[in-house]
Amino acid sequence: MATIAFENVSKRYGEVTVLDGLDLEIAEGEFFTFVGPSGCGKSTVLALIAGLERPSGGTIRFDGQRVNELAPRERDVAMVFQSYALYPHMSVAENIGFPLKLRGMSARDTARAVAEVAARLGIDALLERRPRELSGGQRQRVALGRALVRRPRVFLLDEPLSNLDARLRLEMRAELRRLHAEYRITTVYVTHDQEEAMALSDRVAVLQAGRIEQCGEPLELYREPANLFVAGFVGSPPINVLEATLFPDLELPCGARAADVLVGLRPADVVVSRDPAPRALAGEVLLCEPTGEHLWVVGLARGQRVTGRAAFTEPLPPGTPVHFEYAPARLHFFERATGRRLR
Amino acid sequence: MKRVHRFGERPAVFLAPALAVLALVTLFPILYVLWLSLQRYSLIGGAPEYAALDNYIRLLGDARFWNALGTTLYFTAVSVALEVALGLGIALLLAQAFAGRGAMRAIVLLPWAIPTVVAARMWEWMYNGDFGVINYLLGTEINWLGNPYWAIHAAIAMDVWKATPFAALLLLAGRLSISQDLYQAARLDGAGPWRLFRHITWPLLRPLLFIVLIFRTIDAFRVFDAIYVLTGGGPANTTETLSIYAYKVLFQALEFGYGSALAIVVFVCIAAVTAVYVRLLQRTLS
Amino acid sequence: MRQLSRYVGVLLVALYCLAPLAWQLLTSLRPAGELTTLPPLLPTRFTLEHYASALTGHPFARMLLNSFIAAGAATAIALAFGSAAAFALTKMRARGVGLLLGIVLATSMFPPIATVSPLYLVINALGLRDSLAALILTYASFALPLAIWVLANFLRQLPDELYAAARVDGCTPLQAFWRVILPLALPGLTATGLLVFIVAWNEFLYALTFTATERARTVPVAIALFPGLHEIPWGEIAAASLVVTLPVLVLVLQFQRRIVAGLTAGAVKG
Repeated sequence: MATIAFENVSKRYGEVTVLDGLDLEIAEGEFFTFVGPSGCGKSTVLALIAGLERPSGGTIRFDGQRVNELAPRERDVAMVFQSYALYPHMSVAENIGFPLKLRGMSARDTARAVAEVAARLGIDALLERRPRELSGGQRQRVALGRALVRRPRVFLLDEPLSNLDARLRLEMRAELRRLHAEYRITTVYVTHDQEEAMALSDRVAVLQAGRIEQCGEPLELYREPANLFVAGFVGSPPINVLEATLFPDLELPCGARAADVLVGLRPADVVVSRDPAPRALAGEVLLCEPTGEHLWVVGLARGQRVTGRAAFTEPLPPGTPVHFEYAPARLHFFERATGRRLR
Repeated sequence: MKRVHRFGERPAVFLAPALAVLALVTLFPILYVLWLSLQRYSLIGGAPEYAALDNYIRLLGDARFWNALGTTLYFTAVSVALEVALGLGIALLLAQAFAGRGAMRAIVLLPWAIPTVVAARMWEWMYNGDFGVINYLLGTEINWLGNPYWAIHAAIAMDVWKATPFAALLLLAGRLSISQDLYQAARLDGAGPWRLFRHITWPLLRPLLFIVLIFRTIDAFRVFDAIYVLTGGGPANTTETLSIYAYKVLFQALEFGYGSALAIVVFVCIAAVTAVYVRLLQRTLS
Repeated sequence: MRQLSRYVGVLLVALYCLAPLAWQLLTSLRPAGELTTLPPLLPTRFTLEHYASALTGHPFARMLLNSFIAAGAATAIALAFGSAAAFALTKMRARGVGLLLGIVLATSMFPPIATVSPLYLVINALGLRDSLAALILTYASFALPLAIWVLANFLRQLPDELYAAARVDGCTPLQAFWRVILPLALPGLTATGLLVFIVAWNEFLYALTFTATERARTVPVAIALFPGLHEIPWGEIAAASLVVTLPVLVLVLQFQRRIVAGLTAGAVKG
């Protein structure tokens, strides 16, 4: 297990800067996730850790040792690719045993290690099959097996769940958590799905345009987003971003003027009811989204869209007047110009 | 060439063997022939002597060169036009689904696969003035390969027979790669076969058509094997293409300086024609 | 109705392709006396006399062997060096790759007539005239670019992640090439090998120029120069032509799918 340190790491392809001055440290055995929209550079981060790309600037360290110049095979890193990248011409057993074979392990020891990992992942019945005969979920387990079989120092996963259907995705999420708890390998995970990131990780880094917007524990990102981007990215449905002028008697953080401030309010913190309430915005229904457990109401309050949780049980027709109740303690304040959080 | 070292790779190691061989048997001869074309050099006359552009000047005033150029252009234009047209027709025909397409592919490949000289001798026998089957079937008594008017056309016919498969197979692959959905949607809209061709097949096949044109033009311009066997350039130089003329100058007259200049002109012509095609292709694609 | 016209069309195409070959076959089996009489189209009896005299009167075995060695060796070189080069060009990100590929293709546009004179001088100077080595090397000049072109198109279709996965699993680039890329490129290698072999087998100009005796003479040259003093032995020529074409015909009929795949790779996908 290794710690990973990024010291002012940047990556450029010609004129384009994909990563710009990344500084962070991943602790030993931690489950660390990079999350962000497409093109934010998260897959590049993985490639840099794996040694598939060289940084244009800065230093990457494993356990304090500089690894910039090391080839992938010298880094003892394992990776699960988005497309699994299983070798089509090899059987499952050969796929999983491949890294061991390359290291010169004897056939007997390899077979034993492969059997062990296959049993753990529930694919021991598939060892003689070819990848093309397997389902998506099975292929993924084989990819996991190939990565875990050699107990690497670092375990990288590049959006491994995005090709699975919704239910399988949840199953595999739980499986990944179990595997991490058991093997305790330093894991770096990449996804665009913020819910996945929150559910799986010890810590999350939100990336945008090659920069870390915020890095911390999932709940910290949820409760105290450092800026508008993080606030809007983390949490589903996305946070309501409203003009400060919408709220009467707003207590703004030190010295800020209402015109310079944007207010963030999570839909989970908004109760939509038909009756007026002391701290509520008056508005009307645009549409209702019954998602089984909750009934989300998307409405308009003085021309701004607000989403909240319904206090009533049946959807209401568009145009119905409603009130969006909020608690002042749950409001987030952001500087309009920079998007930064205001305390 | 500076290479970005990705992850401990040395692409040079993988490229080196191929590049070394190519440098030896392609790059070096190209440079050498360029140098030769600037020399007065007869194999039986002693060492080469620098002659600047004399060979090229001589070339411009050489009637036989212009005749060869004209012959080559005529051969190329007619051959390629026929090959591509026929190839397109065959491709569209074979594109319709039917049993035995694999067998047809093999049959269509055969003319391409047999050596040109073998095909040439085959056609030579068919063209025979006295006993040839073509005369028999047509009821004529023409000495095809000995007739100054017919010889070049006989050569063209043989080349078309041999090269059409290449065009047909490429265009067939291109036609098959056009999604059936497009045709079905158009048929639902009421399009008949001509419309289908004009609005779907033709535009989507055009880039490939250009590629086929380029390849075939280059090959037709360089024609040597067929003519050598069929007519040797005669009768009366009516089938003497540039390559044949250059060959005679080089290996019969043993003039390596002038022959090299002729050969280079062949290349220049090919490059020019290709450039025109590429320009046209870019225009159609944009 | 359209079905019928379609089948007629297909039949005509088949006839177009096969008729000359069929006629050559008939000629080769026609008794010498009947060669010069038309009609009838079909001979009264079939004979193997032409085959006998063609095969015994000329060193055919030798020439078939020469062709086989020259084309085979050139193919081997093209596949080995070409696959390595194609691998570097498609899977490794090197700057100037496009340029290199372009140069390789441009040089293959050079007509053989242009390179035959300098090569002739060099081969003579090296004392390699009338040797198979000369042919093998010069054949590489068109075999390599062709192999690189076709293989590059095949390799481009292999997902890049496979190579990355192999590197992360612990392969050096060479190991990844050998254990992962090449096995998966087998269809492409076969197609390329077939194409290159056929093109090399059929090559004429270099063989004509660089060989002098049956020591190194190849099949196309033998057929082109088939001797005939006063009257041309058409029956023998026909027999000889068919015999030497047989290997190629067999290859084509057996592997037509692969050959077409090689010919069309890249042209269609772009």
